[in-house]
Amino acid sequence: MTIYLPIAELSVNIFVILGMGAAVGFLSGMFGVGGGFLITPLLIFYNIPPAVAVATGANQVVASSVSGALAHFRRGTLDIKLGLVLLVGGLAGATVGIQIFSMLRRLGQLDLIISLLYVVFLGSVGGLMLWESVNSLRRAAQNKSVSLRKPGQHNWVHRLPFKMRFKRSKLYLSVIPVIFLGFAIGILTSVMGVGGGFIMVPAMIYLLRIPTSVVIGTSLFQIIFVTAFTTVVQATTNFSVDIVLAWLLMIAGVIGAQYGVRVGQKMRGEQLRAGLALLVLGVGIRLGLDLVLPPDEIYSVVSGSFGF
Amino acid sequence: MRAAVLMCVLSLCASLPAMAQLADPPVTVNEKFSERIDIGISTNEIAITSDFSGADITVFGAIEGADELLLATFAYDVVVALEGPRATSTVRRKERVAGIWINRHSIRFEPIPASYSMSSTRPLPNIANLMELASRDIGIDNIRLVPTGGVGDGSRLTEFREALRRIKQASGLYQRDPTGVQFISKALFRAAVRLPANIPVGQHKVRAVLYKNNQFVMEKVIPLRVVKTGLEQFIYNFAHTHSFAYGIVAVLLATLTGWLGSIIFRKD
Repeated sequence: MTIYLPIAELSVNIFVILGMGAAVGFLSGMFGVGGGFLITPLLIFYNIPPAVAVATGANQVVASSVSGALAHFRRGTLDIKLGLVLLVGGLAGATVGIQIFSMLRRLGQLDLIISLLYVVFLGSVGGLMLWESVNSLRRAAQNKSVSLRKPGQHNWVHRLPFKMRFKRSKLYLSVIPVIFLGFAIGILTSVMGVGGGFIMVPAMIYLLRIPTSVVIGTSLFQIIFVTAFTTVVQATTNFSVDIVLAWLLMIAGVIGAQYGVRVGQKMRGEQLRAGLALLVLGVGIRLGLDLVLPPDEIYSVVSGSFGF
Repeated sequence: MRAAVLMCVLSLCASLPAMAQLADPPVTVNEKFSERIDIGISTNEIAITSDFSGADITVFGAIEGADELLLATFAYDVVVALEGPRATSTVRRKERVAGIWINRHSIRFEPIPASYSMSSTRPLPNIANLMELASRDIGIDNIRLVPTGGVGDGSRLTEFREALRRIKQASGLYQRDPTGVQFISKALFRAAVRLPANIPVGQHKVRAVLYKNNQFVMEKVIPLRVVKTGLEQFIYNFAHTHSFAYGIVAVLLATLTGWLGSIIFRKD
C-alpha cells in the first residue's frame, strides 16, 4: 500500500515508514534518545531527499519526546528545573547553530561536514560509553559497587560558582556547565538535524554525575523544545517538513516508544548504557564506512529543489 | 469501425484546451510525404492522489493516408514519448581524498526532461539513424545534454552524461519499451506509456513521431498535466505560502500525537 508525500513529492510504502517509526520509537523510549540520529539516515536510505529527511526527522522527534517525557514525568523521573536550565542554553545554541549551518552551506560540502560530525560524535561517544559500561558490568559481576556517584569524589565541575539545588536529581550543581552543555547540543541540533539525546545522555551521566534514571526523562523534556524550534525554522527557511511523512512516523513511533520505556524500566542502568553505546557506535561505524568504502555509484544527480 | 475510432480520437484532440500553451509547435511535418499521424489520450490531466503509485496511460493514434502495401510490410514506425517538465541537473562525481570519498567535480546541464517514458514499434536503431533521432531528442541516449558554465578539463564530459542517463533510468524516471507501440488494426495503433511513482508534477507532453522507411514524416505533440489534488495540493500550498503557521501546526500535531499516545497507553 503506497501513500504520496506532498512535500517530498514521491510515493512510499506506508508499511515501511510505519515499521521504521515503530522500531526507532521503541529504541528511543528504551534509551531516552529522540531517535533523530537513527530516523534521518534511515529515511535517506529509503530515498527520501536528505533535506526533507532532516527536517521531518526533527518533527517526528517532537512527538516521541513528548510521549516519552510524559511517561517519565508520571514516574517522577523528570527534573523539570534541570531541563529548563538546559533549555536556556539549548535555544541559544540552536540559534547560533542555524547561522553556522547557513555558513557551511555557502562554503559547499555541507553533506561531508555533517557526515564527519556524525562519525566523530557517534564514534567517540559510543566508544567511551561502551568502555565504561562494560567495566561497570564486570564490576557488578564481581559484586563490587556499581554506583557512578562515588561519595567524596568530586571533579572540576563541582567547584564552579552559581550553584543551584536540583531536588529531583538530588544534586547541588553550578548552572554554568548545564547551560554550556545545552548550548553545545543546541548547535549540534541545528547543524546535524538531531535532538542530541545521544550526546546529552552520556554527558549528563559522566560529566555532571546526574543519576541515569533522571537523565533520560530530563533529556527528552528539553529535546521536545529544541526539536520544535528546529521544525519551525526548517519549515520557514527550507519548506522541507513533510507533515504526512512525519505523522506516519509519529504514530508508529509513539506506540513503539511506550513499549520501549517499559523494557527500559526493567533493565539496569549499566545494561541500558551498554545497549545505547552499541547502538550509537553501530550507526557511527556504518556512516564511517560510507565515507571510506568505494561507493557503488560515484556520481550523483541533483535536479529541482530536493534532488531527483 | 476504424472510422468510428478515428472520430473518437480526433474529438479528444480537439477538446484539449491547453494545446495553445505549449512552447513547441504541436505539429511538425515533412512535406515530402502525404501521410499524417494523429493521437489522443483519454485524459489531459493526471491527478496525483494520496495512493498514487504510478500510472499506465494508453495513447491511441492513427496514420492517415497510409499506403496499404507499406502498412502490410511494416514500413511505418511510431515512437510515442511522454516528456516531463524541463529542469536543470547537476551531476557530481565523488573522488577519494585522504581516504574519504567526497564530491569533487560537478557539471551542470541545461534543462532536460525531468522524466522521459518512451514506447516504440521497434528498437530505435531500426527506426531511424542516430543523427535523425538526436536532432529530435528521441530516445534516452539521444536526449541532448548540454553543459552550462565551466566544464573543467571536459575530458570526463561523456562519463558525466552517461552517469546522468544511468541514474535517471535507475530511479525509474527514464524508461523505454521498444515494443510498446502496437498496431491494433491496419493504420490504428496503441501505445502504453508508464508514469513512475516519483513523476514530477507540472506540464508534461505526449510526443508521437511517425517514420516511414527510416524517414521522418511527422510529429504531433499534445499536452498532459500532472497535478496534485485535494489534500496533497492543500498541504503543499500551505507549506509554501504560510510556512511559519505550517511549522507551528507540524509541532502542535506532533505534541498532540505524543500526548494522546501516552494517554492511550497509560495502563500502569
